[in-house]
Amino acid sequence: MDMTGEHTIAASRDDVWAALNDVDVLRACIPGCEELEQTSDTTMEAVVKQKIGPVKATFKGAVELQNIDAPKSYTIQGEGQGGVAGFAKGGANVTLEDVPEGTLLRYEAHAQVGGKLARLGSRLIDATAKKLAGKFFDNFQEHLNGPAEPEEG
Amino acid sequence: MTTGIGARVKRKEDKRFITGKGKYTDDVRMENQAYAAFVRSPVAHANVKSIDKSAALAMEGVVDVLDGHQLTGDGIGNIICGWAVTSKDGTPMKMGAWSALATQKVRYVGDAVAVVIADTQQQARLAAEAVEVEYEELPVVAFADKALAEGAPQIHDEAEGNLIYDWDIGDAAKADAGLAAAKHITEMEITNNRLSPNPMEPRSAVATYDEAEEHYTLYTTSQNPHVARLVLSAFYNVAPEHKLRVIAPDVGGGFGAKIYIYPEEITCLWASMKTNRSVKWTADRSEAFITDAHGRDHISTAKMGFDENGKITGFKVDTIANLGAYMSLFSSSVPTYLYATLLSGQYDIQNLHANVRAVYTNTVPVDAYRGAGRPEACYLIERMMETAAREMGMKPAELRAKNFVKEFPHETPVIMTYDSGDFDANLAQAEAAADVAGFAKRKEEAAKRGKLRGLGYSCYIEACGIAPSAAVGGLGAGVGLWESAEVRVNPVGTIEILTGSHSHGQGHETTFAQIVAERFDLPIDNVSIVHGDTDKVQFGMGTYGSRSGAVGMSAIVKAMDKVEAKVRKIAAHQLEASEDDIVIEGGEVKVAGTDKALGWHEIGLAAYTAHNLPPDMEPGLKESAFYDPSNFTFPAGTYICEVEVDPETGVTEVVQFTASDDFGTIINPMIVEGQVHGGLAQGIGQAMLEQVIYDDDGQLITGSYMDYTMPRAADLPNFSVHHASTVCPGNPLGMKGCGEAGAIGSPPAVINAITDAIGNNDLAMPATPQNVWNALQAVSAAQAAE
Repeated sequence: MDMTGEHTIAASRDDVWAALNDVDVLRACIPGCEELEQTSDTTMEAVVKQKIGPVKATFKGAVELQNIDAPKSYTIQGEGQGGVAGFAKGGANVTLEDVPEGTLLRYEAHAQVGGKLARLGSRLIDATAKKLAGKFFDNFQEHLNGPAEPEEG
Repeated sequence: MTTGIGARVKRKEDKRFITGKGKYTDDVRMENQAYAAFVRSPVAHANVKSIDKSAALAMEGVVDVLDGHQLTGDGIGNIICGWAVTSKDGTPMKMGAWSALATQKVRYVGDAVAVVIADTQQQARLAAEAVEVEYEELPVVAFADKALAEGAPQIHDEAEGNLIYDWDIGDAAKADAGLAAAKHITEMEITNNRLSPNPMEPRSAVATYDEAEEHYTLYTTSQNPHVARLVLSAFYNVAPEHKLRVIAPDVGGGFGAKIYIYPEEITCLWASMKTNRSVKWTADRSEAFITDAHGRDHISTAKMGFDENGKITGFKVDTIANLGAYMSLFSSSVPTYLYATLLSGQYDIQNLHANVRAVYTNTVPVDAYRGAGRPEACYLIERMMETAAREMGMKPAELRAKNFVKEFPHETPVIMTYDSGDFDANLAQAEAAADVAGFAKRKEEAAKRGKLRGLGYSCYIEACGIAPSAAVGGLGAGVGLWESAEVRVNPVGTIEILTGSHSHGQGHETTFAQIVAERFDLPIDNVSIVHGDTDKVQFGMGTYGSRSGAVGMSAIVKAMDKVEAKVRKIAAHQLEASEDDIVIEGGEVKVAGTDKALGWHEIGLAAYTAHNLPPDMEPGLKESAFYDPSNFTFPAGTYICEVEVDPETGVTEVVQFTASDDFGTIINPMIVEGQVHGGLAQGIGQAMLEQVIYDDDGQLITGSYMDYTMPRAADLPNFSVHHASTVCPGNPLGMKGCGEAGAIGSPPAVINAITDAIGNNDLAMPATPQNVWNALQAVSAAQAAE
């Protein structure tokens, strides 16, 4: 599954970058995130609860930030095990750019699912992923500068 | 006689089925019963680095968590394939090891690595989630053609390049010469889509170990409980046969998927001994999709040559068969002896050669599914014939009739000897019933409504009544394929038939009783059929390959012959007459031409009281017989399908489906029609709806009914089913078998009809609206380019 999108966030690039690297912000913004702990400068451990189609699962996994070019871009890689529900793994290249309205965040994400998730949810993955991404950016926007109209992804 | 051979007797078993009183394996409740839940691989190919059971073991209700090292450590044997196929270079097939619970490596999504035994099913499933397995992922190959490519991931060390065997049949030089001499050659690439069997009742097992007796009892969803016991004993070392009872109670459909012995039944038996609990497991639908053996999955290229008169001069086929990650019980025989031996179809083909390569892939094991090899053969030949006729500008029916085998017995170049048939009669009957003469008018009328109407034929032949034991033994089968029966006449005259043919939808309780009622001229309610329990029935080879009639009923006939002989002796003795003058009719045993008679029940009583039997006669009235067929049987027929395609959307409707079958003697036409209807539904399902799809990572992405489309009533027309029969000379009742014909014969008829409608022969199954629409666009594009 591949997905791209962009969001304009009404905040400075430095603020957006700081928030993207703040475990507390991410924990609050990632839909279904129950735990997110920093384990080193570039790695985190996460527990995320999600429902994709008929499959409910708690994913336990590791997240790593790579290719960090502050405050412009990084690659975020993650892998989560959801028990009998299967697994999900993937990554996203995230870039920030100054625009008159604030900061333009672009991402290119790819993901792979396996096990029951693939069997039952494959045709729902794209829609679910888009929905979750949308929700993340709503939360993220709200965190930085209060509720705002979401931009088209 | 209203209940004898040829009567439409309503099914005796349906009272319990339609009132919800059937007793299935999952209905079995044992005292002290625990539940099994399997820990399955979510990846298609990986080394198992470690299994951490600690969290699961600490959970509520968990009795134990068991793994493959413990299983193999206890001496449980690897799962085997029971039919040895030899490659053309003389080497034996390359069978990789398959442990019921994987030890070092997992090879498909769903491969079991451990089992949790807990007090409740919910506890077992929750704990299975808590078992932490560390996998080291390996590259994956999920497709048969890619499995043979250079550098493809190696799945089993035993099978280099994933090649299990490279086998052939027929004469390659003659086939080449025949093709070289041809005036016209039709060449096609044909894929037979992979299917999931989907019996209504998922597989289930309840295993109980009796520590005091050192004895096991297994209730399971099996088409052949004796074969299950034999394999569990002889190969998997669960227990010797006399210490293992296998019971297959009511079974809700099999379609082949319940022939095999799977990891789950083996594990439940072993786990019941380990935990000293009864262990129950019932698959949910999701588990069925990743554990029930899949069917079909062939990729073939074929060339057929014709002379200037349309006579076939040569036929050459090259097939790659996907057997999945492990070799299931009869997997090797499906793309060889059940497939390539039928590639002569209904036709007199002198020069024929087929090459088959079977390969491993990181997918669910593939084995027999309703028709098993014969649908693949029929689809290939019948698409070739229809396409060839179109290419040569001949009528498809005419091209077929020109090449029909007309004299019997007929020996094909691929080892089969067709014993009987009248292919012209079936073709003529089907064409008349389908009103082929009126098709042009119907097509014109459909065109006015903007629809494309098409007509397609399929003239199928299959080999049933499997099989002569010596013959299949010579071809590598690990078992004999006879059947046994026992006829017990009770002292009150009622009759129990014990048979090795298991019934799981076929209606044996009715049809088997019909032949007994006819033979002894008794009310059908006085006859009951006992099957499915190794403690009751001596031995049996089970139900598959449309063999219950031709083989199972023949065994009953042989046992009835013995009973009748004894009845005649007792009656002659008591009535002081000659045995030759005794007639059995109307519930009596009489002396012909006199008023001397005994009631049937009096004979039974006489046999058991033994007060007045002929000298030296043993008491009792119970006889058994084994019947080993002398040949396969060859059901055949013509199917004609008519479709309408909406060119705007590609949506295709089967508007008419006509079948003319030759099944030999028919015991119960209603049940036979039901079998044909079910087979046609499955065949049309394969042709238009069903397909198992894996992605490149070996993830099954059609794992539920949201993505795997089963045929429903609205997808099917009212079937027009007819019979034009010849008697099978090979068995006492003259039966050929009807269980698989519908699924074998129908897919090519459907695709031939759709390709006729759209004017493009290049269409693969399933003919989903998208596939049909794409094929239509290809026609438009080609026309635009001209």
